[in-house]
Amino acid sequence: MLELSHVSFAASDGDAHKEILNDVSLKVNERFVAITGPNGSGKSTLAKLIAGIIQPTEGKILLDGEDITNLSVTERARRGISYAFQQPVRFKGITVKDLVSLAAGRKITVSEACTYLSEVGLCARDYIDREVNASLSGGELKRIEIATVLARGTALSVFDEPEAGIDLWSFQNLISVFEKMHERTNGSILIISHQERILNIADKIVVIANGRVEREGTREEILPNLLAGRICPAFGA
Amino acid sequence: MDQLEQMLLMQVADLHKVPDGAYNIRKNGEADGRKSTPHIRIKGRKDGKSGIDIFVSGETKGESVHIPVVITKTDYRETVYNDFYVEAGADVLIIAGCGIHNCGVETAEHSGIHTFHIGKGAKVKYVEKHYASGDGNGENVMNPATAIILEEGARMEMETTQIKGIDSTVRETSATLAAGAELIIREKIYTHGKQFAKTDFSVDLNGEGAGADIVSRSVAAENSRQEFEMRINGNEKCHGHSECDAIIMDDAHVTAVPALAANCVDAELIHEAAIGKIAGEQLLKLMTLGLTEHEAEEQIIKGFLS
Repeated sequence: MLELSHVSFAASDGDAHKEILNDVSLKVNERFVAITGPNGSGKSTLAKLIAGIIQPTEGKILLDGEDITNLSVTERARRGISYAFQQPVRFKGITVKDLVSLAAGRKITVSEACTYLSEVGLCARDYIDREVNASLSGGELKRIEIATVLARGTALSVFDEPEAGIDLWSFQNLISVFEKMHERTNGSILIISHQERILNIADKIVVIANGRVEREGTREEILPNLLAGRICPAFGA
Repeated sequence: MDQLEQMLLMQVADLHKVPDGAYNIRKNGEADGRKSTPHIRIKGRKDGKSGIDIFVSGETKGESVHIPVVITKTDYRETVYNDFYVEAGADVLIIAGCGIHNCGVETAEHSGIHTFHIGKGAKVKYVEKHYASGDGNGENVMNPATAIILEEGARMEMETTQIKGIDSTVRETSATLAAGAELIIREKIYTHGKQFAKTDFSVDLNGEGAGADIVSRSVAAENSRQEFEMRINGNEKCHGHSECDAIIMDDAHVTAVPALAANCVDAELIHEAAIGKIAGEQLLKLMTLGLTEHEAEEQIIKGFLS
C-alpha cells in the first residue's frame, strides 16, 4: 500500500515560492485508483513525488509501511514503484526490445517481449527491432511506455495522463488496455486522467483541486457529481 | 599466431579462424597470410611502398575480403598503402581494421592509406574497425586516410568504428562521385581519458543524381577531445546529407565544423549537428526502471553507439 501523509510541495520561482500541493494525505490500496482534477491542480506533481523524481517540501511517503520519502528514483523503482511518463522519452539506438528488457530487469526472449507489446495493441513483429526514437508516433511511444510498466509487473504502477497526445482511434484501444490491466493486476494502478472512460474503470476516484484533495471516494460516489459539473466545470467527457 | 594476436583479430575483424574467401593478414609490418580467389586477387605493391593492391573482378558477387592489421610492438610506426580496384558490376564486402596492443612505453602507430577505385555500377561494403589495448603507457596512434572514387552508378557503404584504446587519431576521408553514384558513411567514435580524435570528411558530388549520406555518432568522455569537419560540395543536381551527433560528458571537448557548398542550383544539401550531454529525462526514465544513474548512462551510450 502507498500512503501519502501530509505531503506538500512548493516550487521556487526566483524568490517566490509557489505552493503546488498543500497537505495532501492519501492511501492507495485499491486495484485501480484514478486521480483527476483541473489542469494545474498538481496531479502530475503528485505522480512525480511518488516516483521520487521530485522531493516533497513537507510530509512523508510510505510504501507498505516503509518511509520512502528520502529514497532515490532507482531505490523506489526497485521497491516496486513503476512510473509511466506523460511524455515518453525517446532514445537514439535503443530498440523497443532493449527497453522492454531493461524494464523486465533481465534479458527477455522475443516472444516475451511480443506478449507485452500485444497487450498494448502493438503488432510486436513490426516493432521489436525499431529504435525508440522520433520515427515512432506519439501513440506508439505511449503504448511502448505502458508496455515497459507491464514488463516490470510491480506492486504499484503510476500512469501520468496516458491519454495525453493520443488520437481518438488510439484512445479506444488505450481504454481496453487499461480495462484488461484492471482485471489482471496483482497490485495497484494509480492513474492520472481527465477521461470519463478511464474514471469509469476506477475503484476509487480522488479529485485534486488547487493543490488539495478536494474529494475522494468510490466511483459511484464521485463520478456522477463530476459529470454533472458540480465540482469543477472543466470536466466533461 | 598467439592468443593476443588472435584477440586483436577478433576485435577488428570478428575473425576466429582463417577467413573464408580472400584475405591478407599483416602482423607487425609483415605478411602473415595471404590468399587470393578466382575473383579477388591480392598482390604486393610494385611502387616500393608498403602495402597491397587488391583487384576485384566484375564477376564477384557476394564475396568478402579481409585485410586486418595487427601490431603488438612498441616504438613501431608504419604507413601502409592499400589500393582497391573494383571492376564494374562487382559486389563485394571488404573488412579492414587495425588492432594494436602496445604494452611498452613508446608509441605504436599505424597509418592506413586506402584508395578505392570503384567501377560503374559496382557495390562495395567497407567495414573498418579500430581497436587498441595495452598495459604500458605507450601511445596508440592511428591515422587512416581513405580516398574513394565512385564511377557512374557505383555505390559504397562504409562503416567505421573506433571504440576503444586509440589515443590519437586523425581520420581523413575524401570521395568523388560521378552521376548516379551513392556514398553512405556511418561513423562511430568513443573517446575517453586524454584521447584525441579528429575526423575530416570531404565529398564532391560531381555527377547528376549523385548522393551522399554521412552520419557520425560519437561519445566524448572524461578529458577527451573530438573534432569533426564535414564538407559536401554539390557540383551538379545531387543530394547530400551529413549529420554529426555527439554526446559530451565530464570535461570533454567536441567541435563540429559543418560545411556545405552548392555550386549548382539543383544541389540539395543538408547538414545537421547536435552536441549535448545525455538528456536528464533519458536517465530518469531508465532509473524508473530500476537502473542506477551510472547503469542508465552506460545503456544510453551503448545504444547510441550500437
